[in-house]
Amino acid sequence: MTRDEIFDKVRSVLVEALAVDEDEVAPESKLIADLGAESIDILDISFKLEQAFGFKIAQGELFPEGVTQNAEYVQDGKVTDKGLEELGEKLPHFDFSELARDRSVQNVANIFTVSALVDFCERKLQAA
Amino acid sequence: MRWMWIDRVVELLPRERIVCVKGVSLSEDHLHEHFGASGDRAPTPIMPASLIIEGMAQTAGILVGHAEGFREKVVLAKVGRAEIEAEAVPGDQLRYTAAIESMTEIGASTRGVVELIRPGPEGPMPAQLIGAIDLMFSHLDNNMAGQSFPEHNFVFGETFRTLLRSSGVEMPA
Repeated sequence: MTRDEIFDKVRSVLVEALAVDEDEVAPESKLIADLGAESIDILDISFKLEQAFGFKIAQGELFPEGVTQNAEYVQDGKVTDKGLEELGEKLPHFDFSELARDRSVQNVANIFTVSALVDFCERKLQAA
Repeated sequence: MRWMWIDRVVELLPRERIVCVKGVSLSEDHLHEHFGASGDRAPTPIMPASLIIEGMAQTAGILVGHAEGFREKVVLAKVGRAEIEAEAVPGDQLRYTAAIESMTEIGASTRGVVELIRPGPEGPMPAQLIGAIDLMFSHLDNNMAGQSFPEHNFVFGETFRTLLRSSGVEMPA
């Protein structure tokens, strides 16, 4: 499956899960800030990706769990070096360069882009 | 008034599918407000679509709760789709069928259809498909980091247990 085909499927999933228009979904779109995703939508997206691509997504594989609530990973509203390392290990499909520049915990949500989802699906399909 | 929008579970295939029914009755208070007389308009009792969605949520919620022996506090988290194309009026029966689409430790998604069975002079008329409702449920204890909830399962309370018992659904000890 080409990257364009993967993007088309991911976009269809997001259109259905988030009730957004196709033209709102661009590779750089942020799921939470731009497309209005809430926490339960993440589970919905995960289920719909499984159905669309036929692979299984383990709990915590697509999005991190508990990292921002962990005092070792977030201190004074900023992601620590250890936190950044943990996120990078758990989520190799995300680009953390922006978060590395601005460590605000609110900025963690911005790593969830459409492009990151496409990367994730591409990796899962290659591994299959 | 009890917050129950289904009357009986008529079929339950664990972790897969459930069918529940609800009889719409003029004795229900809300039908006198939805819609009451207004100006020249006579009272028009119609089952509110929002309560049809609640009926499906209770139907599918039982299926999801049953899958883990009602140990999880299953709460409705998202209405992904709700299309209802016809009105249910007193005397009608609503038939909710829900199936689990996906389920993990933290939640589940269900797909459901609503049928309407209207009484006729020779008996019930054929069921008419009137809606589709897709829902997401969250397992509360596994999903709200840092928050704790009462030990007892307040979601599936006594009224739910009565419904299940009277429907012949086996309850966990």
